[in-house]
Amino acid sequence: MLSEPRAMAKHIEPGMRVALPVDYAGVSMAMTRPIIEHGAGNLDLVCVPTGGLQVDQLVGAGLVRSVETSAVSLGEAGGAPRFNAAVKAGAVRLKDATCPAIHAGLMAAQKGSPFMPLRGLIGTDLLRYRDDWRVVDNPLADGGDPIVLIPAITPDVTIFHVPLADRFGNVWIGRRRELAAMAYASRTVLVTVERVVEENLLADEMSAAGVLPALYVTAVARAPKGAWPYGLWGEYPADSAEIARYANAARTADGFSAYMARAQMEPA
Amino acid sequence: MAEVLPREVLIGTIARLLDGVRHVAVGASSPIPAAGAMLLRAVKEASGAVGPRISILGSVEHNFFTNGSAELFDCAGQGRIDAFFLGGGQIDGFGNVNLVGTGDYPHSSVRWPGSFGSAYLYYVVPRVILFREEHTPRVFVEKVDFISAPGISAEGVFRSGGPIALLTGKGLFRFDKARPGFELESVHPGHDLAEIKQATGFRFGHDAEPQQTALPDGSTLELLRGRVFDELAETYPEFAAQMRRDLGAVDA
Repeated sequence: MLSEPRAMAKHIEPGMRVALPVDYAGVSMAMTRPIIEHGAGNLDLVCVPTGGLQVDQLVGAGLVRSVETSAVSLGEAGGAPRFNAAVKAGAVRLKDATCPAIHAGLMAAQKGSPFMPLRGLIGTDLLRYRDDWRVVDNPLADGGDPIVLIPAITPDVTIFHVPLADRFGNVWIGRRRELAAMAYASRTVLVTVERVVEENLLADEMSAAGVLPALYVTAVARAPKGAWPYGLWGEYPADSAEIARYANAARTADGFSAYMARAQMEPA
Repeated sequence: MAEVLPREVLIGTIARLLDGVRHVAVGASSPIPAAGAMLLRAVKEASGAVGPRISILGSVEHNFFTNGSAELFDCAGQGRIDAFFLGGGQIDGFGNVNLVGTGDYPHSSVRWPGSFGSAYLYYVVPRVILFREEHTPRVFVEKVDFISAPGISAEGVFRSGGPIALLTGKGLFRFDKARPGFELESVHPGHDLAEIKQATGFRFGHDAEPQQTALPDGSTLELLRGRVFDELAETYPEFAAQMRRDLGAVDA
């Protein structure tokens, strides 16, 4: 089960639906370049529930067909430049969502249910442009009470980064439970970690509570500072200067290529 | 004591708008709303009362959720979040909010990040405060180009929440969902009705001579400039430092 990022990227095939976590939950930036080198395109990204640097880089590399998301930005560094350019050019198909709708879709998949009902949304243009969302009257009410049904989101692949795994493939996600939701819903789960420990993480009840068991994990690779330039909870802060450098460079397609071509992308 | 800064007026106004809430959630990059919530907590605690619980999204110190990023929304859906803030690239006179972009969706000529949780929280959080410092006709439009979240809902649509007020760098509006529309409640020091009319792309109700926004009193200012800026610095160090520099400049 222990692998390395380049080998793990080979799990991604053209046209797959790939789920990626929000900035602060544990983004496997260490997988971004191997995915780009591997080159499988026409990807349908699902941002859980928003996207940033990794999404922008995959879009910039031309690998993305559609993006389902509640937002894409580089946070304090501003808008996501390659994503925004692709939107303007009509080069990616958008499935604009709202955060709890993404969570609801994953939860439906987690339960093996076809959909999950969700309040809100009625009267928004999000709903108007989503032909996969449906409005039904609450069948348990005495009539009326419209509610939106969010179809199950079943990614082919989920990719994230966390502090540790054990040698049995159990990974420690702490209280970032959205990572578990993504994994439950996905066929393939690729995880990079800061460290691999010898002891079984399930042996201690304290660590076991925050473990995603190996049952859901396809492969694990060691990647120290693997979220960089994003931070990783409990480990290291975001490198906001580097994110700002990217934001500035990627304002043009050429600047993006030059940034991505830099041989050394490891943390300073 | 230095004179009251414009942003202190905003923070003090937010604290007043939040009075009575048990739990307020604040976005990751919203130092002024966070300061307002912290000020209310400080004022309550100074009088021996219990202050509100404050959740700051994306913050490690002010995040007591243990069920991932879905928990905030579940919490709101259960009615456990009383107040929340929404900004918007565009906000119109019906309280509709656009966080997606301008122009011809989906090929937006200007694309903003996206709707985040607005299309849910606007429906289920009882006290949503619309907050945008920039008060210009490009923000406050007659009709938004894209509805991320609507100000009101048709009868029969489940809605336990929605906007109660709009706070800008120039004034404070109350939202009347029966009309629906905004009423100018007060004008911040240094601004006037004519200026606000010119800067607002939608029509709004107002008195012939609207009152001035109330300023925080001496003891409130003392809490703000002491305890609150200290607390704020843990999550928004640059903002807290800037406020202190601005105060120093006024004092000098």
